[in-house]
Amino acid sequence: MSKVVVVTSGKGGVGKTTSSASLGASLARAGHKVVVVDFDVGLRNLDLVMGAERRVVFDLVNVVQGDAKLPQALIRDKRLENLSLLPASQTRDKDALTEDGVGRVIDELRESFDWIICDSPAGIEKGATLAMRFADTAVVVTNPEVSSVRDSDRIIGMLDSKTRLAEGGGRIDKQLLLTRYDAARAARGEMMTVEDVLEILAIPLLGIVQESPDVLTASNLGCPITLHNPGSPAARAYDEAARRLLGETLPVRTPRPEKQGFMTRLFGKRAAA
Amino acid sequence: MDGEANTLPWVRIRGRSFMALVLAPEAPFADWFAALDRQLNGAPGLFADRPVVVDLSGVVDVLGADGLPLAMEGLAARGMRIVGVEGASAAQLAGTPWADLPTNLHGRDVSVDGRPGRPAAAVAPPPAASLLIERPVRSGQSIVFEDGDVIVVGSVASGAEVIAGGSIHVYGPLRGRAIAGLKTGGARIFCRRLEAELVGVDQLYRTAENWGPDLHGRAVQVRCDRGALRLATLD
Repeated sequence: MSKVVVVTSGKGGVGKTTSSASLGASLARAGHKVVVVDFDVGLRNLDLVMGAERRVVFDLVNVVQGDAKLPQALIRDKRLENLSLLPASQTRDKDALTEDGVGRVIDELRESFDWIICDSPAGIEKGATLAMRFADTAVVVTNPEVSSVRDSDRIIGMLDSKTRLAEGGGRIDKQLLLTRYDAARAARGEMMTVEDVLEILAIPLLGIVQESPDVLTASNLGCPITLHNPGSPAARAYDEAARRLLGETLPVRTPRPEKQGFMTRLFGKRAAA
Repeated sequence: MDGEANTLPWVRIRGRSFMALVLAPEAPFADWFAALDRQLNGAPGLFADRPVVVDLSGVVDVLGADGLPLAMEGLAARGMRIVGVEGASAAQLAGTPWADLPTNLHGRDVSVDGRPGRPAAAVAPPPAASLLIERPVRSGQSIVFEDGDVIVVGSVASGAEVIAGGSIHVYGPLRGRAIAGLKTGGARIFCRRLEAELVGVDQLYRTAENWGPDLHGRAVQVRCDRGALRLATLD
C-alpha cells in the first residue's frame, strides 16, 4: 500500500523543502521505497537540497505533458538507492500542470513506490492545490510565529475541502511539523510555544525540529540533514517524525532551553556540543 | 478631529444579495446568438431588469481575446444589463468599452428555470433554524448562514468569518470575525473566549482595538442595545 504525503504550509520559507528531503531520506533509510516530488514549478529547489541539480534532464512538467516517460525523469539518489527525486521544471510556471496529468503521474508512482512525498510550493494557488490534491495524508510545516500559524490554518481548511479525499467525503490525516523552534526564545516569551501553536491549529503533532545551523549547512551541501549529520538534534527529530509517519507511537519531547554553564557562556554554544 | 467625528452621523452599511443570470457565449457566434434570439422571442421578459454576468471563458479558450468585443457587442445589442465579466482578465478587456466591468465577481451557481411563468416545482422544506458546525472554522473560511443561528463547536480562527441571519454561538475561542443579526433583530454573539478581530450585530460593528484588554480571553456576549453595540462578560 503506497501512501501519498503532501508537505505543505501556506507560508514560504518555513522549511517545506528541507522537511520533504529529510523525511524522505529517513523513510528510505528505514527500508521503504520513497520518491520526493517537487511541485514548485518555476522555483525548483528540491534538486539542490538533495544534491541532484546536475543530474536533471526531464522533469515533472515533461511527464505531466507526456513529453517524457516517468522513469526518464526520476533521479535515483546516489547515497540511498531506494530514494528517488522527481524534479520540477525551472523554466515553466504552475499553469503547465494539469489535474489529470498530475493524477496520472501519482497513480504511476503508486505502482513502484511505498511513499510519495509531494513538496508543495508556498501559497494557496494552483501549484499548492495540485500538490495536495491526491494526498492521503498531510504534513503541515509551521514555524512558531503568528503569520506562519495563520497560513497553516488556512492550508488545513483547504486540505479539508479541496483534496480529492475530502471531496469524496473522506477526511485527510493532518499532522503538524513544527520547525525552526527555538526553546530559549519560547521560554523568554519571544516566540510562540508548542502549546500555543497546537491550541490554535488543533491537529496532532508529528514532531518538533529545533532551529539549528546544521540544517542550513546540510541544505547548502545538497544533503538531507538526516544523512549529512544523523546525530544532530534536527536529524533525530526528522527520524522520529518519520517513524511516527510509519505508525509508531513515540512521545514528542518538547525541547527545553539549554542551561548555560560557565564554559558555554565563555566559548559559545559550539564548545558545549 | 474628535469634534468632527462626534457630529457626523454613523454610516450603516448593509449587505444584499441578488441573483444575476450568467450567459456564456460560445463560438461560432452566429449560431449561438440565433439560439439566444429564439429563446428571447419565446420569453421576452426573461432578462428584463435582471443583472447579467457574462462568462467569457469559452470565448477566450477558442478565439482568444479577439473574440471578446464580438461577444460583448452582441449581448449589449440585445439590451442585456451586463454587470460583470468572468473568465476574462481585466487586461484582456482593457481598451474596450467594457474595461470598467468587474472581472473578479464571487458567487455560486444556482439553478434557474429558463422558462418563466412556471411555478416552483415543489414546496421547499422549511429552512433549518440553525447551522451546527462541529469542526474548527479555519483561517480563510467563511461560514454564511442567513436563515438562522450558527453554532460552532470549536474555534473560529484568525482570518475566518462567521455570518449569521440570527445569533452566533462559539464554544471555543473566537479569533476571527463574527457578524450576527443579518436578518433578525435582537441577535447576539456568544463566545467562550473573545479573541476576535471584529464583531458585528445589527449592522453595527467593532474591531478589537475598540474594546478593552479586560474582555480579551473571557467569555463574552455581544448585543445591540438602543443603537449601540455592547460587549459584556458572561461570568
